[in-house]
Amino acid sequence: MTATGDQLGSLGIGAARARRSRFLERSFRGTTLALGLGLILLLAFMLIELTTGAWRAFSAFGLHFFVGTDWNPVAGRQSFGALPFMFGTMMTSFVAVALAVPIGVGLALFLNQVRGAFANPLAVFIDILAAIPSIVYGLWGVFVLLPWLDRIEPFLTNTIGRIPVVGRLFDGKAQGPDMLTAGVILAIMILPIITAVTREVIAVVPRDLREAALALGSTRWESVKMAVLPYARSGIVGATMLGLGRALGETIAVTMVIGNTPQIRASLLAPAATIPSKIASSFREASSIGLTRSALLGLAVTLVVWTFLLALASRALVRKTEQLVGDRLLGEAEPETGSMGVVP
Amino acid sequence: MSDAAGALGPIRGARRTKDLAYRAFLGMCVVLAVTALGAIAIYVVSRGFSALSVNFFTKEPAGPLDPQAGGIVQSFIGTGIIVGIASLIAIPLGLLTAVYLAEYGRGRTASWIRLVCDVLLSTPSIIAGVFIWSVVVVTLGRFSAFAGGLALVVLMWPIVARAAEEVLRLVPQELREGSLALGLPRWKTILRVVVPTAGAGILTAIMLAVARALGETAPILLTSLGNDYINTDPMKPTDAVPLRVFVDARTPVAALHQIAWGGAFVLLLAVLLLSIGARVLHARQQKRLA
Repeated sequence: MTATGDQLGSLGIGAARARRSRFLERSFRGTTLALGLGLILLLAFMLIELTTGAWRAFSAFGLHFFVGTDWNPVAGRQSFGALPFMFGTMMTSFVAVALAVPIGVGLALFLNQVRGAFANPLAVFIDILAAIPSIVYGLWGVFVLLPWLDRIEPFLTNTIGRIPVVGRLFDGKAQGPDMLTAGVILAIMILPIITAVTREVIAVVPRDLREAALALGSTRWESVKMAVLPYARSGIVGATMLGLGRALGETIAVTMVIGNTPQIRASLLAPAATIPSKIASSFREASSIGLTRSALLGLAVTLVVWTFLLALASRALVRKTEQLVGDRLLGEAEPETGSMGVVP
Repeated sequence: MSDAAGALGPIRGARRTKDLAYRAFLGMCVVLAVTALGAIAIYVVSRGFSALSVNFFTKEPAGPLDPQAGGIVQSFIGTGIIVGIASLIAIPLGLLTAVYLAEYGRGRTASWIRLVCDVLLSTPSIIAGVFIWSVVVVTLGRFSAFAGGLALVVLMWPIVARAAEEVLRLVPQELREGSLALGLPRWKTILRVVVPTAGAGILTAIMLAVARALGETAPILLTSLGNDYINTDPMKPTDAVPLRVFVDARTPVAALHQIAWGGAFVLLLAVLLLSIGARVLHARQQKRLA
């Protein structure tokens, strides 16, 4: 196919025209290739810009940046320890995953089993959740979810709060913004992606296996336990990581409900701050001050590293499920998600 | 099906209980998901709709004494400018990247580009904001709609590229072969045959990217900052609907909260119309080409 020009020549079309055609072909191809490579350059530029910018803070504070608990941009007493933000980010994301994964897997199993009038609207419903902008979640979180949870939280404190160890998560009587609210909002936000990826993974599990289990007289639960989950397990872990990556980086909705108080408290009912919420609330002061700016970029680099690692791991795990099941044999069984849905 | 005594024995006792628990769990998941979506939709629609008025769409914010008399026209104009700048840059870039991936891309280069697309898609949007803030805003010493647009380009480019690639791949191979057999060079085949056939599908890729860009808050906050007044200079701080919702929601003034709900409602409506529209078009396209 690369010999288009020569073919034209052999058809008796003038050599000059053939040369021109070859030139146009090459420049068109070259342009599209250049833009593809441009995308790679963009990512490279982004990573270099963030890491070189953050270098000053990393080299000035070293390990302190990751284990220190004080964040003070005041000139002369500058000190940047990002641990409270890392803590807040992780706690809220773990809450989100703990809530969203069981529900997401349940939804995926439901959608996989129930075909007919109800399943399709439900799938669309869940995809709609993915399209809602985070600012809308944030607004709803502040004015609706936060007051609701404030009413439920005393109950949690009095019940689960009494249990040793686990109880510490629901200690105290904090009203207002807290990590629990942020976690619940995040759970709703990552539910669609966990459901979609899990669905995709479950769809590749051969139907015959389940049908065989059912034919042997197993219940629905037994067929799922024996024929679906063993295959889907690593895919579900992959979906979890993808959801976790989303939760870690969510900014606006979390900023609105978490209270932006950098502190390390075990209780989910306490306000906290996350890496993105810190960036979003202090970039203005940092625009002119060198070291503060560098420290904010350091926060960004930390976040990028976390999400990259999670994305790569989840990619590998979802692949593993597909291979486990026997590669492309069942390619046609995939639901129509892909890039048109929510899955990157 | 379940009452027949099969090889595993009759379904009674613990087996039955477990199965019932499993079914109940699935039901609960569905109820929870539908409740969450329902609760969000009901609040945004009921509170947001009552905030809409002629002033809401035509006036700048009024003073704190009578916020109800004001509107957020500067946010609508600003969103138009910022998303417009982003679309002008990201759509051509994304489409040409998609052409490379779908038409020319085989081998290692293409799979690297695809990997980079996926990495960019899974990068938190605030990172795009921090990046442009550090490169453009700090360097120029000012927040601007232009910087906001660039931050959105980082988000939109990979979306357009991947979605359009998928659409181009739906075009039957026979069409390409037919066109090449008639002596049309590759580039003409792509521009005259493949792209027009994909037509509406390419529109869906664009709609998805615009829908995403409309609702983004964090990257615009870091780059365009916001503005209480109408600004049409792309080199100055500019407001946007999500920014206005964010700012108004954080004030203690109840009337401004009302305006925030109104903004959220309009935003949600626009984003959902675009993404549902894209979905419908895509389904139709798939049926047409299948």
